[in-house]
Amino acid sequence: MKKLILAFALSISTLAPLSVIAAGPSVPVDKANNDLSDKESLKKGFKTYINYCLGCHQLQYQRYNRTFTDLGIEEADGIANYMYTGEKPGDHITNTMPKKEAAKWFGSAPPDLTLMARLKSPDYIYTYLRTFYIDESRPFGVNNTTFKDVVMPHVLQDLQGISTIDEQGNLSPAMGGSLTAEEYDEVVRDLTNFLEYVGEPNKLERKSLGYWVLAFLFFFFIIAYLLKKEYWKDIH
Amino acid sequence: MLIKLFTDFMGWVDQRLPVTDAWNKHLAQYPAPKNFNFWYFFGSLAMLVLVNQILTGIWLTMNYEPSGDGAFASIEYIMRDVDYGWLLRYMHSTGASAFFVVVYLHMMRGLMYGSYQKPRELLWIFGMLIYLVLMAEAFMGYLLPWGNMSFWGAQVIISLFGAIPIIGEDLTIWIKGDYVISGATLNRFFALHVIALPLVLVILVFLHILALHEVGSNNPEGVETKKRKGSVKPEELSKFKFHESYTKKYDIVDSVPFHPYYSVKDIMGVAGFLILFCWVMFFFPEGGGYFIEAPNFTPANALQTPEHIAPVWYFGPFYTILRVVPDKLGGMLLMFAAIGMLFALPWFDRGTVKSVRFRSKWHLANLIQFAICFIVLGVLGTMPASPTANLIGVITTCGYFGFFISLWFYSKNEMTKPVPERVSH
Repeated sequence: MKKLILAFALSISTLAPLSVIAAGPSVPVDKANNDLSDKESLKKGFKTYINYCLGCHQLQYQRYNRTFTDLGIEEADGIANYMYTGEKPGDHITNTMPKKEAAKWFGSAPPDLTLMARLKSPDYIYTYLRTFYIDESRPFGVNNTTFKDVVMPHVLQDLQGISTIDEQGNLSPAMGGSLTAEEYDEVVRDLTNFLEYVGEPNKLERKSLGYWVLAFLFFFFIIAYLLKKEYWKDIH
Repeated sequence: MLIKLFTDFMGWVDQRLPVTDAWNKHLAQYPAPKNFNFWYFFGSLAMLVLVNQILTGIWLTMNYEPSGDGAFASIEYIMRDVDYGWLLRYMHSTGASAFFVVVYLHMMRGLMYGSYQKPRELLWIFGMLIYLVLMAEAFMGYLLPWGNMSFWGAQVIISLFGAIPIIGEDLTIWIKGDYVISGATLNRFFALHVIALPLVLVILVFLHILALHEVGSNNPEGVETKKRKGSVKPEELSKFKFHESYTKKYDIVDSVPFHPYYSVKDIMGVAGFLILFCWVMFFFPEGGGYFIEAPNFTPANALQTPEHIAPVWYFGPFYTILRVVPDKLGGMLLMFAAIGMLFALPWFDRGTVKSVRFRSKWHLANLIQFAICFIVLGVLGTMPASPTANLIGVITTCGYFGFFISLWFYSKNEMTKPVPERVSH
């Protein structure tokens, strides 16, 4: 049994470094500290998404009614407050922006964001939306330290305001927005939270099921070990 | 009443197909050495993962759409709209990596205890063929999600064939079924991944096990447990009843029937394995970006190359060997040679002592350096190229090939320890 435990420990230790060397984004990012189980935060994030992002960025793999169910929104309430363009609740969360023209307007078509939190990371999104600054050389007059030369305008500028950058590359506090820095961080955190949810709607279910499965397997392992011991007690 | 019905039924079947006899020959009366250790779990675990891949694969196929336009979206459909589709998908994707983990450990066992040596050469060859087909199976499966890393990974590997003189370019077009990797490539990879290769794989596994049961299992001491008929005193024979196909040819010592002894032991192994497997699958299904690579969360895009194209981790060692050669064709030849060396291992080793326990310190050191080189080559394969990485790659490539070449030299007249007549516990 000792040998077995040692062997398991060894196999775990060979797996462990995998998560340590995980390839992260190359720019430093701030921790979003978002909480997927916070439904109020997810609802606020969903609302922000509908109001500010959906015009350009689709969530083409995610359905309205699935989102309502997962976030605890009544369907009637959802239709009234989250669906503005006459879709059915079973529809995917899409927009009508023509892709080809959009590519002409912006330089590249706005990407679908369903999986953005998995492609980059929630922390990346959280940081990205907080690092716009004035750069007159860019088409929309803004640039971003997290995503250099991004072709997206600062859509949340009326909330955050806008920063300037100094020679060392430091951003000044944003000026001219309707929210304080803390309030804006909160809005972005909720939005990030929502995008992490949309990236993998089953994430919470996956983990909670995982605990039950592991608990059962530990129990099963003990039974299997005792059974093996019983059978092998006479073999020398 | 029921028991009689069952006995009658089995009697009826047995007259027409030897089911009971096969059960006895291969399970209930199959003599397995009693001293298997931890390393002997990985054969049955590989079977478990194979079954997992086939079953989850069948259910994934029910909702997957093999087309350039629909593949990526159908994966997300499985992840979101199919009941427990996310579980099936993660079982399959984590299973792919787990398959290579257990196969690599299974092969390492063979190296340590000389399980490839005479008379198990063919058994080893079948195993290597399984490994080869498994790599093709994994490579083709990796294209199917139609993510951007799927696309570019396939692009890099298929373009290798372009380095073959004269026919290279035409060969790559033939493989792709198009001038670029496209829906046509996806469709043929799908066909090969879900039917052609799995069929070959299952047949090879069947042959692998038949060959194993013909020559008998090796064990950690490399001591033969099937002795020449008549050479063992009756009181020293194993006390169990074994199938007459074994006992009429050999005197069997130190063995137990596979079932129930190793079936209950393997169930314990399965439980232990599943704890690790489920821990990864439920809590780290992307495997830290190694089992599902981040760029695969965006659809295949021929105009947008991922920042760093890396093969999935299990191809890492061979990818590094490919990269350390500055010439593309040379690199490909060396990569295939690396796999070829493994195939020829039974003939590189000219020793007669099987287990590392009774072989020279040289052999132990050689085995350890080989294992280290293989792991380092694997790590390098997932990293971007740099001069340092390249230098380490060259050294470890030498270590990889050096294992086989030095083995051929020293194994002929190796200073081995005396091998006991019987297994020691």
